[in-house]
Amino acid sequence: MHAIEKILARAAGKDQVSTGEIVKAKVDFAEVNDLYLQTIYSFYEMGGKKVWDKNKLCFVFDHYAPAPTIKSAKIHKEMREFVQDQELTHHFDINTGVCHQVMPEAGVVWPGMVLVATDSHTTTHGAFGAFGTGVGATDMATIMISGEIWFRVPEIIKIEINGELQPGVMAKDVILHVLGKLGADVAVYKAIEFTGSYIENLDVAERMVICNMAVEMGAKTAYMQPNEKVINYVKARTNREFDILETDSDFKYAENYIFDVNALTPQVSVPHSVDKVISIEEIPAEVEVNQAFIGTCTGGRVADIAAAVEVLRGKKINPNTRLVVIPASNEVLLEANKLGYIEDLIKAGATISTPGCGPCLGAHEGVLAPGEVCVTASNRNFPGRMGSTKAAVYIASPMTVAAAALTGRIIDPRTFIDEGGDKYATNLG
Amino acid sequence: MQQISGKAFIFGNNIDTDQIYPGRYLELVEPEEIAAHCLEGANPDFAKEVSKGDIVVAGKNFGCGSSREHAAIALVHAGVGAVVAESFARIFYRNAINLGLAVLVCPEITSKVNEGDFLEVNLEEGMVYNKTSGESIQGEKLSEYIMDILSSGGIKPLFRKMTAQMEDAK
Ligand code: SF4
Repeated sequence: MHAIEKILARAAGKDQVSTGEIVKAKVDFAEVNDLYLQTIYSFYEMGGKKVWDKNKLCFVFDHYAPAPTIKSAKIHKEMREFVQDQELTHHFDINTGVCHQVMPEAGVVWPGMVLVATDSHTTTHGAFGAFGTGVGATDMATIMISGEIWFRVPEIIKIEINGELQPGVMAKDVILHVLGKLGADVAVYKAIEFTGSYIENLDVAERMVICNMAVEMGAKTAYMQPNEKVINYVKARTNREFDILETDSDFKYAENYIFDVNALTPQVSVPHSVDKVISIEEIPAEVEVNQAFIGTCTGGRVADIAAAVEVLRGKKINPNTRLVVIPASNEVLLEANKLGYIEDLIKAGATISTPGCGPCLGAHEGVLAPGEVCVTASNRNFPGRMGSTKAAVYIASPMTVAAAALTGRIIDPRTFIDEGGDKYATNLG
Repeated sequence: MQQISGKAFIFGNNIDTDQIYPGRYLELVEPEEIAAHCLEGANPDFAKEVSKGDIVVAGKNFGCGSSREHAAIALVHAGVGAVVAESFARIFYRNAINLGLAVLVCPEITSKVNEGDFLEVNLEEGMVYNKTSGESIQGEKLSEYIMDILSSGGIKPLFRKMTAQMEDAK
């Protein structure tokens, strides 16, 4: 069996599961974000009284934090009342950050667990060797009542990524490249395991970037075998006992793909589909950038902010371009602040906003006007995703986003980390 | 289940949930308000033109993107009788079934139906009958468990039964 199957088998109380089988799995932790007030209504509508386990359910206020409208304020209010009524142990209000960042930080994510959230990017937690998957409001309401959910045991695709990145190329470029090659529907209803020499020693943050975007290939869940960095991260945040499940050597994958990233250059996903990916060299020089955005569950961690600072420190952004930076969590904000990054960014001309999702889904804190162009470190560029359906969104690494803020163009960020950097900066005063 | 029939509205591949239900309306909770924006990102006139029972026909990976259930709620309350697509994204598919919205995987559908054709969908048989062209198109039959949910009108009625039994047992 695969490690993913072993997780599901354990959650279903079985010795064995096989592909295609429908199992009822016990959920170790469930999360509802602030788009999903419906879960509470449905919970009561279906006869729910007390949630199945007050230690295993949390709400995270991230999409609308702090509330930008009266309606969203009401959503938060009703959710807070529910949290109090149900005496939930964990609660993440508007002062915490994006769910996929704050949950691992709070120690509620660990290898081998089943994590279900009302958010498609729950695949992120494959970075920790967890089975993380997204569901809708009604599914979540049934979990809130019963603590269980049915799953079809998925086919598993293996994506092996080997090699080492050149300076200026990031995990984001790797996953964009893979997505571009394999397409937005390669893994519909399937699970993806990422392996290979590139993955093995990867930092926690980079692992999260890659697993986060597995859902853009349709994946139900993503998985990486936990490495030492993950184990240390988790142990620093929870006393919980966990064991690392291994895939049997005779396991047969549904599909196998191999990538080599030694020569990879920065990648950009162009409007209006995540899998329309080209190399930075192929971007037309004349694309003018109105807004650059660094943040979200994909590109808002300390490592991402550090990469942007590497490009921006001591320079000024293009006067025609806005740079919005939203740390993924308060913990990230504190750390970035301690390291002096926040000051560097503000001096470069950035706008810093409250940890949370921000304009990622077009709700607030930097939505786009018709005709505007945005380069973003987030994960989606469907029409209308960040505001007007007539805006164009390019997805790239935080470093490429920073370079775009600096020049007002989509340009190879490596120019700024080599000696060549200053020649651009002088033109831009 | 009762017969599903209506005219076809055709959509392409990878119709994501932002096109089915744009994120800027996510704070709406009233089904009627939600329905008014159904498929707005792909066809701004859809919500006005659709009549009860009409059928959404789409290419591959319908409903990809976010997990928002609003997408399925919008389709249900706009009166859509069924969505027939070449394939569906997983979360959307689950959401639709949980809400009692008929979804049928039919790999050939977009090549056999034109905009406005009158269709009849039979879920038990997994069949689509194109009354305009006279063609019958075979789709994938639904599993028993899924048919159970759909014929109860969604997962809520099923769960209501369960919680009532739990209460009785106390
Ligand atoms: S940051 Fe963006 S992708 Fe991540 S949970 Fe928030 S809205 Fe979704």
